Amino acid sequence: MMEMQESPRTPVVMAQLSWFFGIATIVKLLLIPSYHSTDLEVHRHWLAITHSLPLSQWYTDETSEWTLDYPPFFAYLERFLSMFAHLIDPQIVHLHHGLNYKANSAIYFQRMSVIVSDLFLLYGVYRSTLALASLKRNLIWLLVIWSPGLLIVDHLHFQYNGFLFGWLLLSLSFLAQGRDVMGGFLFAVLLCFKHLFAVAAPVYFVYLLRHYCRGGLVRGFARLSVMGAIVVAVFAAAYGPFVYHGQIQQVIRRMFPFGRGLCHAYWAPNFWVFYIMLDKGIAFLLRKFGFNIPAPVASFTGGLVGDASPFAILPRVTPLTTFIMVLLALSPCLFRTWKDPRPRLIVRSVAYAYTCGFLFGWHVHEKASLHFSIPLAIVAVEMASHANEANKSSWCFQP
Amino acid sequence: MKKKGEMKKVKKVKDKVNDGQDDDPWWWLVQEGIRPSFLCISLFALLVRVAVGLHPYSGARTPPKFGDYEAQRHWMEITLNLPPKDWYRNSSVNDLSYWGLDYPPLTAYQSYVHGVFLKTFDPDSVALFTSRGYESYLGKLLMRWTVLSSDVLIFFPAVLYFVLVYRSMRFGMGQNSDVAWHIAMILLNPCLILIDHGHFQYNCISLGLTIAAIAAALSQKDLVASVLYCLALNHKQMSAYFAPAFFGYLLGKCLRKKNPLLEVTKLGLMVIGTFAVVWWPYLQSKDAALAVLSRLAPFERGIYEDYVANFWCTSSVLVKWKKLYSTQSLRIFSLAATLITCLPSMVQQILAPSSKGFLYALLNTSFSFYLFSFQVHEKSILLPLLPLTLLALEESRSILWLTHFAMFSMFPLLHRDKLVLAYMALYALFILVYFAPCGPSGRCHGTKTLDNTQKTKRSVDFITSITFHPLLMGFLGLCSLILHVIYLTMHPPNKYPFLFEAVIMLICFSQFVLFTFYFNSKQWMLSKHLTSKDKQKKLI
Repeated sequence: MMEMQESPRTPVVMAQLSWFFGIATIVKLLLIPSYHSTDLEVHRHWLAITHSLPLSQWYTDETSEWTLDYPPFFAYLERFLSMFAHLIDPQIVHLHHGLNYKANSAIYFQRMSVIVSDLFLLYGVYRSTLALASLKRNLIWLLVIWSPGLLIVDHLHFQYNGFLFGWLLLSLSFLAQGRDVMGGFLFAVLLCFKHLFAVAAPVYFVYLLRHYCRGGLVRGFARLSVMGAIVVAVFAAAYGPFVYHGQIQQVIRRMFPFGRGLCHAYWAPNFWVFYIMLDKGIAFLLRKFGFNIPAPVASFTGGLVGDASPFAILPRVTPLTTFIMVLLALSPCLFRTWKDPRPRLIVRSVAYAYTCGFLFGWHVHEKASLHFSIPLAIVAVEMASHANEANKSSWCFQP
Repeated sequence: MKKKGEMKKVKKVKDKVNDGQDDDPWWWLVQEGIRPSFLCISLFALLVRVAVGLHPYSGARTPPKFGDYEAQRHWMEITLNLPPKDWYRNSSVNDLSYWGLDYPPLTAYQSYVHGVFLKTFDPDSVALFTSRGYESYLGKLLMRWTVLSSDVLIFFPAVLYFVLVYRSMRFGMGQNSDVAWHIAMILLNPCLILIDHGHFQYNCISLGLTIAAIAAALSQKDLVASVLYCLALNHKQMSAYFAPAFFGYLLGKCLRKKNPLLEVTKLGLMVIGTFAVVWWPYLQSKDAALAVLSRLAPFERGIYEDYVANFWCTSSVLVKWKKLYSTQSLRIFSLAATLITCLPSMVQQILAPSSKGFLYALLNTSFSFYLFSFQVHEKSILLPLLPLTLLALEESRSILWLTHFAMFSMFPLLHRDKLVLAYMALYALFILVYFAPCGPSGRCHGTKTLDNTQKTKRSVDFITSITFHPLLMGFLGLCSLILHVIYLTMHPPNKYPFLFEAVIMLICFSQFVLFTFYFNSKQWMLSKHLTSKDKQKKLI
């Protein structure tokens, strides 16, 4: 994509985008008294943990079943929010008295915190669409700011995805402009907020290696060091205090709970569903033909039962298997990026990466579909116009 | 053949996207015509209504009397379990002092239909006697669904009908996005959504039937219009606020036709026929009919209740009407005042009926009824607000200002219902939609707003200058904002426990009176402007 020019229409764009955001905010306000899942209590408890306990006990506390399982930056965010929560109603952040606290103050505070954090999404979309024509811009705003999936997950079910996608879109917007250092830095920060976004890390790594660290051996190596140093600095800021307390093992264990099953309680529509159905189908057929197939002991959604496999016929799937499958699925994209690292294609490459992660990942939630649908919305309009161009002429993409 | 046409259409969209001119940002909403954009906006309006339905209703968890929600549920219980002749009669099974039916029979029939719906899914909610004060999650969900379905089945189609007729009336003036803005102004009217889907009522049915009647009258289908309006009257007797306007307009049109007497007779027969069909169970005896009528006009409740921004309540600060005069004489006073104030508007329509004049007449008669009628509630501001939303493109400044004061006048009621969050959200939504980018009030190309399309005489200029005086508006706007905050945060002094309500009522009343003068003068100016053109072509 071209370098961004500071268009004189910027205030107009900001005003129009704020209008879209305002309409979405009003719907979110009206949804405050609606149903919320246990995630509200989860986040409230994290407010309590980070407020009432010292840092060394954040990842070891077992007061409630909702233990902290996001990376440290998210814990710092909860600490920041808990300061305001304490001002509004101290019981929200009380470790024991706040358990299952359902008062209006807690619900309103938490709902408002999600609504305000969506400002990050606003800024991410703003940067991603500033250089576009007004019609394309409006369509993208519709798809992202008024995204029904994001609205339902964030403002009904209760999560902070808008905030996280804001960081992702910001990082992608910088990369699309060719500003690799900022893009890489923001992605590293995002990884320390929610590690689930790491599925796109191979794409980022290959892209930055080939696009940023080029220009000869010496310069390339210097740039590699710069980028490496930035990433290490970010991770140090996040995990450093926990390494100091010797808790890094515990943190990793909390962040990657592989004790859970291959599929989430409500199956996400990914590849493993077909694998499971195939397994059950073959077992059923073979039983019909008289073979003795023992029913598996373990279940797909629960934890592992010793060494038992939940599959009747087909080979067992382990976390390592899924990891390899994801990498295999990603490989065409990685090869393409290695050969031709173009800023214009980075957004769709990252969207492709999240699609692979969704299809072949371990214990994927249905919510993960947002990870590829939101970045895809950014390029959806571009793809339509690209198809038109490709039809018209054979020389297309300018560097 | 069809594939080629589709290819062309897809290419057109792609070209539009690629061209990327700084055009109307709403091209994607309006490019296919009115019906698809109406569908789009009505889906959003439906979302807003569903979201407001999540909030509390009137009388939630406040025994023993509860509120309008319980009244509607009780009517479903009565109409479901008793025969029609007992619905309006006091008996051992029907205690009229506990939310007895006080709307005409069409409301009763509608309650019966909704009662059947509720009984199918939650029989406990409409069981005779035992369901009094019944409150549950499923019950609330089903009740909210009855209002939503009435809205979608009656109000939305009526608005579409009106918008199509109105557009053809304006001879293609203005941009496509203006129509979309107009639809949004009508469908996202904050007062209607808050009362129907928050407080809990069925105004959408009577107002929807009224809008359909207006549209039919404007498209020269007078008989259909009279039937629809009679149905609206039979749903809520408050629809009579519009009666003089309908009467004046239809009579004026009849007088201009070839055989006036025949036309009037036809209309009269349709009216009588509609009433006969609706009141059929109660026409068997004089007693039955009188029983219904006495429930419809509860004069014993006094000339005003609570604090409503009309003449009697506001002037009672100085003149204690209830103490000085009997109910009988107050009835005569209010009748006289109402008739006198709506007479100019009605006469204007009889003498010179016109489409735009009809809309202004609706506005004027409903305002005069609101200000001077007997037993007016705060919710009745919905009635004058309806024709104002229909005139949104002509009166873009007035609609912003008056919606603000209509909401303000209902604020104490909504605060009692704990609907403050919904109030603020819908108010903000109204402001945002009003100032939509590149809409009629947020023009980005510098074209003229539609407010000043006609040349106004000097007298109207004078009234306009007072009504829209910047300093006055600024001062009143600031006062109302401060009063919102005061009402929410402070307690009134013990000597005057209703001080804040009284002040709110005073401010709103002043604005309503001012605008009544303004709209009446506009209606008269219209006729003077039209009579010269009228001579050449029949505008009706």
